[in-house]
This record gives sequence, structure tokens and C-alpha cells, in this order.
Amino acid sequence: MEFFKHSDFDFLGKKWPFIILSLILTAAGFISLAVKGGPRYGIDFRGGALITVSFANRPPVDKVRAALSNKLPVEVEEVSGRPEDIIGIDALQDSALQASRQKVIDSLDAAFGQPANGKYNINSSGAAALADRLRDALAAASVPMSDQQLQTLAVNIMDYRKQHAGLIKNLDELASVPGVTPQVLNVVKQQTYPDSVAVVGTEVVGPKIGAELQRKAILAVLYALGGMLVYIAFRFEWIYGAAAVIAVFHDTLITIGLFSLFNKEITLTVVAALLTLVGYSMNDTIVTFDRIRENLKILRREELEPLINKSVNQTLSRTVLTSGLTLLTALALFIFGGQVLNGFAFALVCGIIVGTYSSVFVASPILIFWHNFLEGRKRNARGAVAPRREPVAPVAAKAKTTPAAAKDRPQRGSTAKVK
Amino acid sequence: MTSNIKIRIGIIIAVILVCVYGIIGIPKSKDELLANWKNNIHLGLDLSGGTQLVMQVQLQDAFKAAADNVIESLKGELQKDGITPSGDITRNDPTTIEDADKIEIDVKGVPSDKSGQFRSIINNQFAAWVPTAINSSDYKLTLTPSEALKLKQDTLTQTMATIERKINALGLAESSVQQTGRSDAEAELLIQLPGVDDPAHVKQLLQTQAQLEWDQVQDGPFASREEALAKKGGILPLNTKLVPTAVRGGQASWYLVSRIPVVRGTDIRDASAAAGELNRWETNFVLTQDAAKKFGAYTEANIGQRAAIVVDGIVISAPTIQSKISDTGRITGAASQEEAADLALNLRAGSLPAALTIEEERTVGPSLGADSIREGFEAGIAGVVAVVLFMLVYYKRSAINATLALILNALILIAALSYFDATLTLPGIAGIILTIGMAVDSNVLIFERIREELRAGKAVVAAVDAGFSKAFLTIIDTHVTTVVSCAFLFIFGTGPVKGFAVTLVIGLIANLFTAVFVSRTIFDAELSGKRQVAALSI
Repeated sequence: MEFFKHSDFDFLGKKWPFIILSLILTAAGFISLAVKGGPRYGIDFRGGALITVSFANRPPVDKVRAALSNKLPVEVEEVSGRPEDIIGIDALQDSALQASRQKVIDSLDAAFGQPANGKYNINSSGAAALADRLRDALAAASVPMSDQQLQTLAVNIMDYRKQHAGLIKNLDELASVPGVTPQVLNVVKQQTYPDSVAVVGTEVVGPKIGAELQRKAILAVLYALGGMLVYIAFRFEWIYGAAAVIAVFHDTLITIGLFSLFNKEITLTVVAALLTLVGYSMNDTIVTFDRIRENLKILRREELEPLINKSVNQTLSRTVLTSGLTLLTALALFIFGGQVLNGFAFALVCGIIVGTYSSVFVASPILIFWHNFLEGRKRNARGAVAPRREPVAPVAAKAKTTPAAAKDRPQRGSTAKVK
Repeated sequence: MTSNIKIRIGIIIAVILVCVYGIIGIPKSKDELLANWKNNIHLGLDLSGGTQLVMQVQLQDAFKAAADNVIESLKGELQKDGITPSGDITRNDPTTIEDADKIEIDVKGVPSDKSGQFRSIINNQFAAWVPTAINSSDYKLTLTPSEALKLKQDTLTQTMATIERKINALGLAESSVQQTGRSDAEAELLIQLPGVDDPAHVKQLLQTQAQLEWDQVQDGPFASREEALAKKGGILPLNTKLVPTAVRGGQASWYLVSRIPVVRGTDIRDASAAAGELNRWETNFVLTQDAAKKFGAYTEANIGQRAAIVVDGIVISAPTIQSKISDTGRITGAASQEEAADLALNLRAGSLPAALTIEEERTVGPSLGADSIREGFEAGIAGVVAVVLFMLVYYKRSAINATLALILNALILIAALSYFDATLTLPGIAGIILTIGMAVDSNVLIFERIREELRAGKAVVAAVDAGFSKAFLTIIDTHVTTVVSCAFLFIFGTGPVKGFAVTLVIGLIANLFTAVFVSRTIFDAELSGKRQVAALSI
């Protein structure tokens, strides 16, 4: 099976509509960013607290919001597919964060929890504390149990809670936990109660650290782009490096713009995804450039634009296949990957699509523009027709050494030699 | 098959064996296999659940304490040499970590005829401090830069050691304490506590400084600070301080106690919780030999007087000394066994030389972590299966090569993580996804090249040869570019970005081996037996 046996699309002839599309997308992203005052950073970068709360019976989200909003400025978001809400508190003073977190937990408990009545909340305890609480009561109820057994029992109960979304709804559920006999269950019921609200996850990041992380992440990416530019400039020619980096920058910008348009948060995980898409896009661009370099050597008489077009067509099959296959994986992650990976997968899906097309419609046109620009300048300067394909000639010369070297290299076990 | 191909197959099998050993060891049963897998593959907190804290060591506390010690002993030294400054000896009060080394001690009113003597006391006894004359009788003492640096490092080391002891005492396996390593935030510690089910408790335990003091009560209790001050005429007597009691239900009261404690936390050899009278929990402690001598003499001389047991600036109890006590003591008043045990643990672990503030906290419920890893894993597997199926349709038999190379790539990557003791986090998984993408790409590049060569009319063997050697150049360029970018990400990035870079580099190196070497070997092995290969299933 083959998709593109002898493809001969005139990609670069139709570059303008795509370049305009690129510009529109970039502009839309920029406008969205400008209107919204920059990207919507997650608490990793902005500082703040995120509390994931699990409910036995999740109340409607506006009720949760109402219960909290008169005390604190918070954002409440429902987790799809689980009885959980994520509550975000914005950046405050470092010291105030811990206190506001406690306030959120207390208000939620007041609104949706059960009264303790002097009992111990089994949904907010740790194994050691639970064992402490049960020790005397078990002894009083004359249930024989060594301390070792008691600790194991407490750990088993906590494990059960872990496996059930961090919340025990009804104490009778515990009958299935190893070590919980009817007598033990009686004591547990006597001493504890299952609150219908439980905090299952917390993230608190001080604003200072957040700002620092943001600066570090951006710097790291910029340095990495610089490093790639230098390497490509060394292997090809500097304009190739510049074109590749501009293309990758374009992809990142559009993806961040799309995040802003869809009002998605930029978290540390999304940064990982952005790094991944930089990798993919760069990979794509280099494959195309590599082909251009090779063709420059073989087809010395061809004009640059048809030559690039030819190179793009020659690599089209692999471009579509690779991008299609990686897109398949990213889509799988996006659809089935769950809440945690959602932002990550979204960035990958956008990035792969944009990254693939930028190699053809952003990186390659830059080479042509630069070529035409130099050509025009020379013509003006000399008033005569400049030698054809002047700027890329050194590349051809440089490239000559590398494939030749590859050919000279002994081919390990090359089949050509076999019998 | 030529011997050359045999050698290459041998190398590949050796690599597979080494990788499999790195991941699961040599298991004798299914349980052992699972246990080895768990031991060798470390999941980060974002995947396994647990708590991660970034804590700031308030270095200025240690600097202030050091200055206080110097002030106390300087007073004694001056008195011994008959120098009586007319003014007071005080220190400034740096409030931030950055200002910690700006600590200063002001000595006012040193008689001018004794200035030489004063300077020599400082130079001989307090060499860490540099005296600067402000005028003929006032001096400012500052810490030399090298001593300041040493004090900082000592404080950090001691803090880390104390935290480690506390964590170990709690029995939290696989926890770690390290400096975050950010050059501009040397006072930051990263504490990782996998599997902690009660982060609030651990946090409180870690933050407790546990600075125990046994102070002599001079006066009190008073109902309030103001009342105490009023009684003393607005000024506290020399070498005393006011300390509040713990607020339990009612109002705090205040004690006036000696400024220098009789016994400190560092004098404690051991501590344990025990049930005392009326089943009330208490904490018993045992003193070191030196401290016991001092303590014995003190208690003997002060029978009938009250003493205050002060933990972190709060009076826990103020017992009356009944008889001479030498090496053991008792702290009563714990509300529960847990509280008494925590205090014992803190006393055993030693006190923190400076307070800790929490800068960052991430708690992932184990269920949340488990769910996200399961969902992500299933989605990833589904994606890879789809990719493999598609390749099988598109490249037919040759896709088996690619699939084998892909599986081997994943195997090498996981084994390398295990050998390097690296931790797998979510960004690390992002690196793996990019690796898989590039591995697929390498194979696609090679296969497309072979097809091109076949289309151009080359014979099968020659086409495979040309396809590999032409694609090789491209593969090298893409891989090296990405490795270069990873190097920068690793150098300049923080934790998660670093994790991404590490997995990606390992994956890329593995991919160069699998896509170029392994896949080629399989092709060669297939083709070498036949004299004339008419067609290639690609």
C-alpha cells in the first residue's frame, strides 16, 4: 500500500493562502492573549492553591461556588467522570495560602459535610492516627488485638479508601476489608464517621516560586532553540537554522494562542508537551531540509523553488505517515488519557498538526524569500544578472563532503557484499 | 548467514538480556517478578501519589541565635577583664533570608582606654566577628564572609539531617530531602514523601523546631504580658524573658524565666512517650552525661522552686522541683498518645536550627495518581497498538522489523531508567512519547527511502543498502538536533523540564541503535540466505 507514489503537488505555488492562514492564526492567538492579559497560567507558574475535593454525592457546582465565594475568591471546576471538584485559590501572600486552604476545607465541610458529634473523620485520617483512635476503644470492647494487628488493620482500611476515590461513603463498606470483623466494625462505627467531603489532592505553590519557575522554563526553551539554531547553521547554513527556529517558534506561538482561545491553562505538564512539539516540529523541518540539501547536490541546474517543491513532494509520504501516526497516539491520549493528561494531549494534537504544516509552509518559504532577497540585492548592486542560486551554493559544497563520507564509510555487513 | 550478521545478532541478544535483567532481575516466581519491577522502576510523586514540599530554611534565625550566643559570652568575657561598657550590647534583627548575613552586634560605651583590650578579646575569642569602630566608644561587630557562608552551610546541613531523622523515625520509606539546587535559592529544600496518607501531620512534624529549654522560673504566672511588664515597672530584669503557655481551651498565661536555659534540646540523649499517671500521655527524656551533672547540681540547689519546660517558645509545663533530678525528665500535658509520641520524636531528631516555611506543596492522592497512570498507560498502549497495526498494513512484512525495533527501544529506555535509578514522572512520559514518535519516524524514513530506491529500479539488496545509508544522514541530523536542545533543557531547566530531557536523550540514543542497527540487521539476516531476492515485502 502506498499513498503518494508520484506526488507532484505545487505546494510552494500555493504558499500564500497558507502563510496568510498562519498569520491569521498567530494574530488570533495574539489578540486573545492581549485581551486576556497573557496566557492563563496554571498555579505552577502563577502561584496559588489547587485543592481536589471528592464528594460522596457531588453537589451542583454553583452550590459549591456559593458556599465558598462569600469567604474567599475561588474558582471551582468540576472533574468530568469523577465525583470531584477542583478548587483554585489565586496567588496570595505565601503565608496566607496555607490559611486560605484551611478555610476552604472548613467551609466545604460546614456546607456539605456531616457533623462530627465527637467522632473521628475516617476520610481525613492517616493510618497511624486511626490506629490511635481505635486502640483504647477496641480494648474497651474487649476485641483482642496486638498492636501489630491494629496497625495492619488501619493500613488496610486506608488502602480501601485509596482504592475508592479517597472516600469511604458508608462504614458498612468496610466489612469487606481484611481484618474487619463484625465486632471491629462496631467499634469503628462507634468511634468514627465517614464525612461526605474529603480532600484528595492539594497543590500549593508560593507566588515567588511560581514566577521563578515561569522564568526558568521560558529561558530553558529559548536557550534550547538557540542551541538548535547553532547546530543546524553548522550542518546546513545559518538561514536554514533561522528558518527552522522561526517555524518552531511559530508552532509554539500558535499553540499557546490556541490555549488562550480555548481558555486552557498552561501548567508544567503543558510545558512538557510544548517541549515535545518543539521536538516533533524540528524533526519534521530537518527531514525536509535534509532532502533539499541532497537535491541541491544532485539537481544542480534546477531553480530553487521547484527544487524545494520537489523535495517536499519526495518527503510527503513520510511526513504524512509520521505525523499521522504520532497524531494517532496523541489523539488516543486526548480522548482516553483522562483529565490529568488532557492539556498535555491537547498541546500535542495542536502542535503536531501545526508543526507538520509549518515545515512546508513556513520554513521552506523563508528559504525562498531569503534567496530572492539576496538575488535581488545582487542584481541591484551589480546591475547584471547574478549567478544563479548564489546563497545556497556553499551548502551544496558543504553537503558534498557529508554524503560522500557516508558512502566511503565501510558498510557493516552490507548485503551488497554477500555472495 | 555470514559471521558478521551472527556477531550483530549476538550483540542485539546481549543488549536485550542486559535490559531485561535491569528491569526484572532474575525472578524465580511471579511475585518476585512484580517485586523486582516495583523496586527497579521508580515512579515520581505525580504518578505514585504522595507529598512534595519545598521548604525555605529561615537562615536568619540561625544568624540571630549565633549573635545571641556571642552577646551572652561577650558580656561574660568583658566582665572577667573588668571592662564595663556604659551602653548595652544589642543585635539588629534581619527578617529575611537574604538579609541573614547582615547580622550586626552593637557594643556601646566601651571605655576608650580599654579599646585595645576590647579589640584583642574580640580577635582572640570571637575570631568570626570583625569589629568596626563607629566612634571612640561604640563598635559594630559583623560576621566575616567566610564565617557567614560556613554558618549558612552548617545550618542547611543540620536542618537536612534533622528532617531526615524525623522522616526516618516516621518510617516513611523512599523519602528524600535535598536542596532544590537553584543557585539563587540556596536555602530551599525539596522534600519528597511518597505514599504519605496524612500530609498535614507530617508537615506539622517537620515544621516543629523542637527547641526544648528547661528554664528557671523567676516570676509568674501572669494573666497577660502587660500585667507582667507592669509588675516589673515596664522593663524586664536583665537576662530574663517572658514566655507564654500553650493555649488549651482557656487563656494563655505568661512566665518570667531566665534567659539562658539550664538544659537545651541538644543535651538530650533519648526521648520516648509513655502512659503516665491517670493514663495521661507524657514524654520522658534522658540527658547526656555532661548535661546530667549540670542539671543535678541545679535541681539540688533549687528544690521547691519552679522550672519551665519550654518547647519552641511555649511553656509546656511549669513543674515545681521536688528533689534532685540528674539525668531523666518528664514532660506532661500531652493531649493524646500521638502528641506525646510526636514530641518524643522531635526531641530525638534534634531541634531545627532555623524555622521552616512551606513554599510549595503538592499532594497527589494515591488514587488520583493511580488513576492518571492507568488512564495514561491505557491510552498510550492503545495509541501504540494503532500505530503498529497501521504500519503492518502499510509496510507489510517490513513493519515487523519496525515493530521489533520499537519494542526493543522501549525496553532499552525502561532499562536505562532503572539502571540510572531515575524517577519516572509525567514529563518523563512526555519524553517517552516523543521518543516513540521519533522511532516510528526513523523507520518510516528508512522504508520510504527503500521504496524510492526500488521504484528507481534498484535491486532489492542494493535498495535496502541505499535506503539505510541515505536515511541515516537525516536520522543523525534530527537526533543530534534534539539531543542538543535536550542538553540546554537539562542545564537550564528545573525539575520537570530536566526529567523530560533525560528520558528523551536516553530514548534517542536507544533509537539510533534500534532503528539503524537492529532493523538493518534483521533486513540483512532475511536477505542474506537468498541468492537472488526478487521482491521485498515493504
